[in-house]
Amino acid sequence: MMPLLTTKGLSRHFGGLRAVDGVDFALMPGEIRAIIGPNGAGKTTFVSLLSGRIRPSSGMVVFDGSDITAMPAYKRVRLGVAYTFQITSVFANLTAFDNVALPVQRTLTDGRTNGQVRSGVMAALERTGLADRAGALAGQLSYGHQRLLEVAMGLALKPRLLILDEPTQGLADSEIDNFIMLVREIARDATVLLIEHNMPVVMQLADRITVFNSGKILAEGTPGEIRANAEVQDAYLGATHG
Amino acid sequence: MRDASPAKTYALHIGVIALLFALNFVLPDYHQGLFARIMTLAVFAMGYNLLFGYVGLLSLGHAMFFSAGLYGAGLTVYHLGWGVPEAFVAGVACGALLALVIGLLALRTSGVAFMIVTMMFAQVFYLLILYFAAWTGGDQGLVIQQASRVIAIGGASFDLTNATVRYMSALALFSIILLVTLAVVRSRFGRVLVAIRENEERTKMLGYDTVANKLAAVVASGAICAASGAAYALLFGYVGSGFASVQYSILPLLWVLLGGAATTLGPLIGTLFMYYVTDITSGFTSAYLLIVGVALILLVLFFPKGILGSIRERWLGWLP
Ligand SMILES: Nc1ncnc2c1ncn2[C@@H]1O[C@H](COP(=O)(O)OP(=O)(O)O)[C@@H](O)[C@H]1O
Ligand SMILES: [Mg+2]
Repeated sequence: MMPLLTTKGLSRHFGGLRAVDGVDFALMPGEIRAIIGPNGAGKTTFVSLLSGRIRPSSGMVVFDGSDITAMPAYKRVRLGVAYTFQITSVFANLTAFDNVALPVQRTLTDGRTNGQVRSGVMAALERTGLADRAGALAGQLSYGHQRLLEVAMGLALKPRLLILDEPTQGLADSEIDNFIMLVREIARDATVLLIEHNMPVVMQLADRITVFNSGKILAEGTPGEIRANAEVQDAYLGATHG
Repeated sequence: MRDASPAKTYALHIGVIALLFALNFVLPDYHQGLFARIMTLAVFAMGYNLLFGYVGLLSLGHAMFFSAGLYGAGLTVYHLGWGVPEAFVAGVACGALLALVIGLLALRTSGVAFMIVTMMFAQVFYLLILYFAAWTGGDQGLVIQQASRVIAIGGASFDLTNATVRYMSALALFSIILLVTLAVVRSRFGRVLVAIRENEERTKMLGYDTVANKLAAVVASGAICAASGAAYALLFGYVGSGFASVQYSILPLLWVLLGGAATTLGPLIGTLFMYYVTDITSGFTSAYLLIVGVALILLVLFFPKGILGSIRERWLGWLP
């Protein structure tokens, strides 16, 4: 099977700092992949390079067989690469409805979906459990709801690859359970790339895990393999081992 | 939610147009003339509001788009003897074309740089008008004779110097632009414009080419302001470089701020308010500009979102 996304020697330097350093990476269609690693490991920078939000210093990104390294972010979105922000960045002064209407009308304009804006919006809000908050200003939603709204916006883009940057940050335990179910459902028709600190969430969701450290991939494998990997224990999980 | 009360919204806008129509028959001559002028200039304010209020782009050069319409219509009538409708179209086309060129250049910048760049272009435009005084009349301007300001349709002819014809022409233009603005801000395009104002980076990450959308908004705004300028030349018969000066770039900003940025009816209210405050105060004191200034400061202090913006915030959340 051909990977949905690959990177070759992907790097991004900030001055002298190699935030992402020569990463070769491949993602299979349909999988749920988690990226873990300590703070500052370069996870957000890496996925920002995939989404086109920032430009690489060198290397290349291939999506569905075509080189998208030089493609602006908005065109990647139209190809099906959706990105939800680590820092919640819903449109605070717009209603939840309008927040989701923006991605819905995008896919309608691109001809990737059809129907009405309203029904598309309500479907995405219902999937994330926000339907009854449609008329509320996004900035007045609870933090957890804002994170969910962010996911609803990603969903509404009908992505082939959905990139989630620490989506459970700040969610209550009850909300996390719902979230896990939601991601499983999304993964039925999209590939999911998830940066996540919450290890129980990672272990329950991920088909494979990629561990980042200092801008490089330290290890990659199934949840079981990663749990058993001594190097990972040292670098990230912080546990002592014999 | 924006679709919560479309019926109320349309009723309000149609009601305002009907009220303005009725006023033609009750206003004394002087005020009828003033209202015609206010409605024409409110179109300028609406064009400005589209870019400033909805997209969040603060231009300090919109006098050039108004003047492009003013001169585009005025000069074709004066030098080429064009009829009123053709001249009007010429004015709007000049404004749209100028806006396209200025937009392509100025949208490379944002924020304060955008303000400065638009102001510089407008200054160049102003100086060009003075430089080509042989055609433009320089700072004296040109007066367009009554004979050139008659529209002949079939057997009937409408003389734009007639007070009622002038009032109704201004009202027709105002109404069309008001309804167009309403349709635009309620459309998908309008939703994208507001999203760009709120967070451009985020809008890009939802798959929108924000530069192309901003360019479209600049062209629409420029064309509407030019329609106002073209109508002004044809209805009031005077074309002058004063309309291209920096004062006429600041005025629409003030009108919109006063009436309420990003409200469809705010531009009319702001223009009306400013004209009447100036008119009333200048009647009893020569220091009227001082009073206008104080009134502006008080308004901004107590109604920071403008008259209609504050009303929307406090009482009528459904206002578009
Ligand atoms: N825009 C930037 N300018 C300079 N340094 C940056 C920038 N973005 C990230 N960095 C640095 O790059 C490194 C990786 O950051 P990031 O990708 O956010 O890590 P993570 O998401 O894994 O916590 C950090 O040292 C961070 O300070
Ligand atoms: Mg991060």
